[in-house]
Amino acid sequence: MIELDDVSYSYGGGELLSNISLDLPSGSFHFLTGPSGAGKTTFLKLCYGALLATRGRVSAFGSDLRDMGRDDIARLRRQVGVVHQDCEFLDHLPVEENVALPLTVSGRDRGTEAANLSELLSWVGLSGQARSLPPELSGGERQRAALARAVIMSPEMVIADEPTGNIDWEMSLRLLKLLVELNRMGKTILIATHDLNLIRAAKQQVSARVLRIKDRSLQLAGADL
Amino acid sequence: MNVIGDGLAIVRGDAQADRVVPPTGHTAWLTTFTAGAMAFLAVFALALSLATGRLAERWSNELARTATVRISAPAGQEAAQVQAAERVLEQTPGVAETRLLDVEEQRALLEPWFGPDLPVEALPIPRMIEVIEDRQGYDAEGLRLRLAAEAPGAVLDDHTRWRRPLVSAAWRLRILGWLSILLIAGAVGAMITLAASAALAANAQVIRVLRLVGARDVYIARAFVRRFTLRALTGAAVGTVIGMAAIALLPRASEEGGFLTGLGFHGWHWLLPLVIPVLAGLVAFAATRQAALRSLRELM
Repeated sequence: MIELDDVSYSYGGGELLSNISLDLPSGSFHFLTGPSGAGKTTFLKLCYGALLATRGRVSAFGSDLRDMGRDDIARLRRQVGVVHQDCEFLDHLPVEENVALPLTVSGRDRGTEAANLSELLSWVGLSGQARSLPPELSGGERQRAALARAVIMSPEMVIADEPTGNIDWEMSLRLLKLLVELNRMGKTILIATHDLNLIRAAKQQVSARVLRIKDRSLQLAGADL
Repeated sequence: MNVIGDGLAIVRGDAQADRVVPPTGHTAWLTTFTAGAMAFLAVFALALSLATGRLAERWSNELARTATVRISAPAGQEAAQVQAAERVLEQTPGVAETRLLDVEEQRALLEPWFGPDLPVEALPIPRMIEVIEDRQGYDAEGLRLRLAAEAPGAVLDDHTRWRRPLVSAAWRLRILGWLSILLIAGAVGAMITLAASAALAANAQVIRVLRLVGARDVYIARAFVRRFTLRALTGAAVGTVIGMAAIALLPRASEEGGFLTGLGFHGWHWLLPLVIPVLAGLVAFAATRQAALRSLRELM
């Protein structure tokens, strides 16, 4: 699904990631860990085309990202749902319109998708907040709204960057449960986190590989995880 | 990005896409007001240009083919010199028609300066012959020499000396009017580019979110282009209507008035200002599209 072949990324004269090779097969569950500033976010951005590798090859769904135009990258982002720690919304639109934004920008009629939208909001436990504005939501609610927005187009893959960074443990487990459910539906999941407890909790529910970025390189994490 | 597609998108509209960009009160007001003010000025520039064009044309047409022969002679010789001058004119190739101005016509010419009760008959004022030339025209220098020889009191005035600078001034005013319209269009474009760039910069978060959910650049740009084009169109339409009303309320042109009172639109020319809002919309469309695409490229 996503394949990195000897990928390096440099910025401002320094190399942030070096010679990374990885295959993220369909239906897999991966955690990416490492200290702050290790390059986890950069790695994720390379996977969904927000950044282009300075060396090596990143391919998504069989296509080399370097050969993709801006429109192709936009299409890729509909196939890969992304959730950020500081999940951004259009603050002037209610939650349901924000969640449906991928449908809006892809020209799909929201009317025909209304049932799916309602079901999705119910799945993430935000039915009661459908008409609320994003600034009115708590941290956990924002994360769940971002997850709903990431999956409304039924993407093949969900990438989450520190999704539990701003929420309490109980809410973290709730979000993890949703991600595990998505994985059981066949979606590929890649989560960047430095929360080892979250990784341990996940490994009790699902078969997950844990990767660590250390010294600009990608390693398979030890048995302690 | 397809220009025609963008144009059609503006006409067609997309209620959901319009909601994606938050309303920005400051730039909205600024764009609408400036487009209105510029359209108002453009109406006056257009009126000036058309009025001076009419003036230049009238002076060119009416005066280009006419001349005047002025005969100043002692009372006893005046009639003989008039006859002699008329004879010379009849024999001159290129002269189509001559006409001796009668006392009433001369009184009418002097009336604006001396009033209606001027005793023209009692004054030693010269007699005047209006000369109308044919298509080929006459040899002015040759005619002057013949008049000097056969009617010494007759002087040919072919109007060239004072007509040429006036016609030239009128044409220059007309060019100035068109130049003003071009400058106004440029100012509208510059102002809308600034406003659109400011709006795009202020909405960096909106652009980030739209990109994250898979919006193409064309979709993001269209949302801004449509908004600014419609604002400029609305403002310019209001400015044009007010400008046309102001022109309609100007004093009407009169015989006594100069060209300033003739500033306005005649006949079908009243339709011309209606093009101004359309032009403002096109300028806004091009300016916003350019600004949006540039900003989106910079915001990788």
